[in-house]
Amino acid sequence: MKKSTMLGLLVLVIRRDLVLAMRRRADVLTTLIFFVMVVSLFPLGVGPEMDMLRKMAAGVLWVAALLSSMLSLGRLFSADYLDGTLEQMMLAPQSLSMLVLGKMAAHWMVSGLPLVLMAPVLGLQFDMSVQALGVLMVGLLLGTPILSMVGAIGAALTLGLRGGGVLLSLLVLPLCIPVLIFGTGAVEAVTSGLSIASHFALLGALLILALVFTPWVTAQALRISME
Amino acid sequence: MAINWFKYSSPTTFYGLAGKMIPWFAIPAAILFAIGLYMGFFVAPVDAQQGEFYRIMFIHVPTSILSMFFYLIMAGYAALGLIFNTRLSAMMASAIAPTGALFTLISLLTGALWGKPMWGAWWIWDARMTSQLILLFLYFGFIALHASIDEPRRADRAAALLAIVGSVNVPIIYFSVKWWNTLHQGSTIKFSGTSMQITMQHTLLTMTIACWLYAIAVVLARVRSIILERERKTDWISELPEVRS
Repeated sequence: MKKSTMLGLLVLVIRRDLVLAMRRRADVLTTLIFFVMVVSLFPLGVGPEMDMLRKMAAGVLWVAALLSSMLSLGRLFSADYLDGTLEQMMLAPQSLSMLVLGKMAAHWMVSGLPLVLMAPVLGLQFDMSVQALGVLMVGLLLGTPILSMVGAIGAALTLGLRGGGVLLSLLVLPLCIPVLIFGTGAVEAVTSGLSIASHFALLGALLILALVFTPWVTAQALRISME
Repeated sequence: MAINWFKYSSPTTFYGLAGKMIPWFAIPAAILFAIGLYMGFFVAPVDAQQGEFYRIMFIHVPTSILSMFFYLIMAGYAALGLIFNTRLSAMMASAIAPTGALFTLISLLTGALWGKPMWGAWWIWDARMTSQLILLFLYFGFIALHASIDEPRRADRAAALLAIVGSVNVPIIYFSVKWWNTLHQGSTIKFSGTSMQITMQHTLLTMTIACWLYAIAVVLARVRSIILERERKTDWISELPEVRS
């Protein structure tokens, strides 16, 4: 057997999860459709005045992204947990944190990245300017990985519990508030002609912080849930 | 003389100790509440700007301070439980959670009651109120996670990890909400600059200590119930006089 490096392991886990996700494309699409649907409900709820919609666009898109990423988090570990793969992963000599990081990355590619790519189309429905759309996309690009990573902690803690999905949102959503604030703040700053650097810097800082700590915390949470 | 620091870290020994300690906190709490409320309602003068309404502060400020503080204490006990694997620490953490949530709720409600006559609105998206609301969500998350796991050991450890993650997040949330608020030009009404009259300060201090003592007494009583519930199958519980009768 080829000796696998840390990076090799990471690539292996990501590739495996992506293949699995591609075999069940409907799951990926459901999340995306949910995102589109929630965003489209807002104009129906608050009325079609373009001035108001333009103002709330960033907030609506971000909240919808937050909700739809919660929707897919339940699947992060549950399939592997049910068929026993997760147990094998924990017995493996490789670092569990690294495996978890791989799963987080794959989860983001499947559930976060499509939202980032879809966001500008939906932004146009809200008459956002091109500049604002660009900032929104970069913000989502920095922010959605954090949602996947923080969400993974919740997914690991609620593994195999009844009513896990609702509980998961209850645990994770409050922790994601800073991401929401800085993500929407950046769009607001660019539309009112202010500098966006501070918002992106803070989002980047949160991303690095999450990247360092969440895989380890999630691994601990998995150990608690599986023992 | 060697002191056994861990003597009271076992539920068996702590159960008795907690029972003995409760009156020492509950009675002073009742006395201080009586003094504090009397001073708050009758002795403290009427505020020049806010009239009688400011008296809500005597219950609002202590609960607000303690609500945030209790989350950190809870996370501290949770961390102790994870590190040393002591059952009692986890029990303490889950005994603190409902009191912390209650104080957060009281602080929000009194804030709303005070806000209506002062700001003309029940709720304002002020940085402190918003972060208090998020704190309430964090408490709910802790309680809900603990309640939905049947196996006590896993529940303790999972909730402990959540509490620790939450406590790391509390400052991040607080500052992000603060910046968000200044970005959205929140309320401009602030307390800064107003020096408090000396009677008001004393009343506030009395009420804070009273709330604190009350919380300790209630937490001890609750941890006794938790011990009884969790250890109900052990011999020492069945030999307790209050269980036997």
